[in-house]
Amino acid sequence: MDLLTELTIFVLAVFVGFEVISKVPTTLHTPLMSQTNAIHGIVMLGGLIVVGFADDLLEEVIGTIAIAFGAINIVGGFMVTDRMLGMFSRKPKAGTEGKGGS
Amino acid sequence: MVRAVLEPGGDAATALYIAAFTLFILGIKQGTHPTTAKRGNLIAAAGMAVAVVTTLLLDGIGNWGLIAIGLVVGSAVGVVASLRVQMTEMPQMVAIYNGVGGGAVALIAWSEIRHGIALGEEIPLDVLIPILFAGVIGSVSFWGSNIAFAKLQDLLPTRPIAMPGQQFVNALLLIGILVACVVVSLDNDHPSEGLFIAILIGSALLGNLVVLPIGGADMPVVIALLNAFTGLSAAAAGFALDNVALIVAGTIVGSSGTILTLEMARAMNRSVANILFAGFGGAPTGGGGSGEERPHVSIGAQDAAIKLAYADSVVFVPGYGLAVAQAQHAIKEVADELEKRGVSVSYAIHPVAGRMPGHMNVLLAEADVPYEQLREMEEINPEMPRVDVAVVIGANDVTNPAAKNDPNSPIAGMPIIEVSEAQQVIVIKRSLSPGFAGIDNDLFYEPNTSMLFADAKQAAADIAAEINKL
Repeated sequence: MDLLTELTIFVLAVFVGFEVISKVPTTLHTPLMSQTNAIHGIVMLGGLIVVGFADDLLEEVIGTIAIAFGAINIVGGFMVTDRMLGMFSRKPKAGTEGKGGS
Repeated sequence: MVRAVLEPGGDAATALYIAAFTLFILGIKQGTHPTTAKRGNLIAAAGMAVAVVTTLLLDGIGNWGLIAIGLVVGSAVGVVASLRVQMTEMPQMVAIYNGVGGGAVALIAWSEIRHGIALGEEIPLDVLIPILFAGVIGSVSFWGSNIAFAKLQDLLPTRPIAMPGQQFVNALLLIGILVACVVVSLDNDHPSEGLFIAILIGSALLGNLVVLPIGGADMPVVIALLNAFTGLSAAAAGFALDNVALIVAGTIVGSSGTILTLEMARAMNRSVANILFAGFGGAPTGGGGSGEERPHVSIGAQDAAIKLAYADSVVFVPGYGLAVAQAQHAIKEVADELEKRGVSVSYAIHPVAGRMPGHMNVLLAEADVPYEQLREMEEINPEMPRVDVAVVIGANDVTNPAAKNDPNSPIAGMPIIEVSEAQQVIVIKRSLSPGFAGIDNDLFYEPNTSMLFADAKQAAADIAAEINKL
């Protein structure tokens, strides 16, 4: 992919990001941050590529640490977000305008 | 084992990466409402699974043992951490996740440049410059986040730690890093790995030095800013690796962090630069606090219970002191007693009430407060004159009317929750001592304000018991 195509994608992603994120209410900003932590774990792909194609010991070590860091972000981020959002969705009692609980 | 093999950089792999980031965006879109956000999170996680599996299927990928070790160790740490973390500790957790994310990017940048040097060919600038950017921002985020974590976890003092000439040293360090980056770029047919490592170390130092002087109450801004940084570093890594999933996901994380940073800074009425470089909140600024005693009304739990039980509407205004005292559950009990008596209850939440964006909302949600009762500042302020009793617990500066009325106040212009507009105000606080900004709170001395001097948790428990007796 050439640089200009990548820049086009980047610029459009900035607009999409601002548009989508600005609609997230303040109440959900903490789960949003832990979820974006998890999405940031996408850098693990870089670690996988480094280790997967490495032929040098130091690269293998660095890459394995990067994979572990990325996996912490992905697994920890999505799980803690799920735990937090569970607190928002559970309905302790009836009375507040009828809602279809699970 | 039959295994489909994807050509690296080929159409099939790219199409799957596009599917992955589409799922991320759809997932975040579902995050705009508390009832759909949980599903949104699962959708985003599915996107991540697609991205990871696609990468593992790339043709020629090997070293499975090491990949497995990295995946297992990282996942195990992630699982344990996410199950054990307390909701009051979420800021630390997000800080450390920002840190490992930035660290991963810096490490990837290092091995990419090493790989490029080993090939012995010229590294094109459209790869080398993103690598340098990813290395610098990744390393700054890693170390800056570690300091933020240590401060939030009380491993380091939360007060600003500064040395004379700090700004000058930081500026010098930044210039040094930029010069070294230019030297590496100019030398792109055989760049020096040693110089790149020096850049990583310089950035590490810069990350430490920038975050150390920032006080504990400014942490919401710092965490959001580091979140934005890690996102941008991931996008840069995407440019270096020619990977669209990294570019889009990183950019979206960057946008999210940027929006939250600006929102937090606006809620404090300060610029991001001022927060990063001013070392606010060290010593209390002298000002009006000349020690004279001003008249105030002091009440006990029983009086407070009577005021609350015979009100029609009550608004709680929680601050970080509430979380420190672990009083969320006790306050919820008071609210339950009041609702039993038909009093309408809600919670007014200032954007910087917690230690990170939206933190107070999570703490209250954990105590089973329905999210419909959590009201934003702009939404509740116009209703304040119709509120019978506003109860301020563990909050101080964010309720100080001086922000509105006194143009000379250090917090002038900061948006506040206008509790002084309510019919009556009860402030639960240990003493009349000033808050973070180091200034006296005029609210305490207004005629319609009653002070209840006690620990927040104890006071709430006492009030709940008293209401029950009425």
